[in-house]
Amino acid sequence: MRIAIASGKGGTGKTLISTNLFYVLKETGNDVTLADCDAEEPNSAAFFNCIKLSAKEVVQKTPVIDQNLCTYCGKCEEYCSYNAIFLVKERKLIKVMEDLCHGCGACSYACTYGAITEKENSLGEVIRFNHPSDLDTGRDSLIVEGRMRIGAYTPVPIIKAAVREAGTGVRESGTGNKGVINEAFVILDSPPGTSCPFIHTVSSADFVLLVTEPTPFGVSDLKISVSILRKLNKPFAVIVNRAGLGSRDVYDYLSKENIRLAMEIPFDREIAGIYSEGGIVAAKKDDLRKKFEKLAYSITEQKFNN
Amino acid sequence: MKIAITSTGNTPESSLDSRFGRCSYFVIYDTELKSTEYIPNPNKESLEGAGIASAKFVASRGVEKVVSGEFGFKVKELFDSLKIELIIIKEEKKPVTEIIGLLNKNL
Repeated sequence: MRIAIASGKGGTGKTLISTNLFYVLKETGNDVTLADCDAEEPNSAAFFNCIKLSAKEVVQKTPVIDQNLCTYCGKCEEYCSYNAIFLVKERKLIKVMEDLCHGCGACSYACTYGAITEKENSLGEVIRFNHPSDLDTGRDSLIVEGRMRIGAYTPVPIIKAAVREAGTGVRESGTGNKGVINEAFVILDSPPGTSCPFIHTVSSADFVLLVTEPTPFGVSDLKISVSILRKLNKPFAVIVNRAGLGSRDVYDYLSKENIRLAMEIPFDREIAGIYSEGGIVAAKKDDLRKKFEKLAYSITEQKFNN
Repeated sequence: MKIAITSTGNTPESSLDSRFGRCSYFVIYDTELKSTEYIPNPNKESLEGAGIASAKFVASRGVEKVVSGEFGFKVKELFDSLKIELIIIKEEKKPVTEIIGLLNKNL
């Protein structure tokens, strides 16, 4: 089962939830992988003293146009949906705008003069880490991280690669005895916002936990996230972080829209302190451990999926 | 010589559009014929690469200068390679007719 932890607004606590949920699911004996899909600034692995196992480069193909073979017919430009081919027929100028290219290959397909070949550009990498507690058990990679190359135009291909990587070597559910939890979980720590990076992360999830805070920005961005998840037909629930701050607006919105509140985390300086030092609050505070165990139980017992 | 000016509307009184790629209209002014043509920008709502598409749009009309409030770095490079001169005007509310006046004065 794949659970995406997402939010419209940045800084609501996605990584706090992801790392703590990962920790608690592992501690309670589940087979779980954490995939950090926030490829522009991944940091989930920093919360665990993990060992880097491997790194795979993520490449994208971009066209190279041979000006000697090009007739400036404009077919490649017509096929390009991303304005990545700049052509001024009158001036016999053609250029590939690599930053805008999505690597779809339509231009190479369109060219009937053999003027377009493709080269590979690096966008970033997908790194596998092992959680320290698994070194002795010999279990495979438990933390996967997408990391974008500085200056790369889009993190989406890296996110897709990270999600794929997190799915490999994970046991599928349903093989255990009745009553025995034997399902493999993948936690996807989503990038903030509601554009392509968010959509590509949540679209591969079975269930989404939206993290918000009781502030005007938190509520506003939650509404946008909810409208997208409803369009995608994704089941979801909401976590309110920094509860006690701001107003009751977020709760009024949740009850009006009949959205399930999965958990609340209080606005507490101690929690912020532990987190900012790279600690796992569920390992250090009993009340938080209980909250996350309850959340993990709801997930493993599929309490949210109705 | 033809000059493109980014405009917020399709009248001489309309003011300069400070954005290049997503401006509302392109005014194509011909300095010899003293003619002006107002063309709605087809790339205004473009999802990506509006600047590139707009650069292509004005370049294929044979302009030698482009007047706007600002240009992105990708577009600047393209205009450079086409030897098209860019003129940046920072007065947001400047009407198109005044800009044409200035262009005529500096010819």
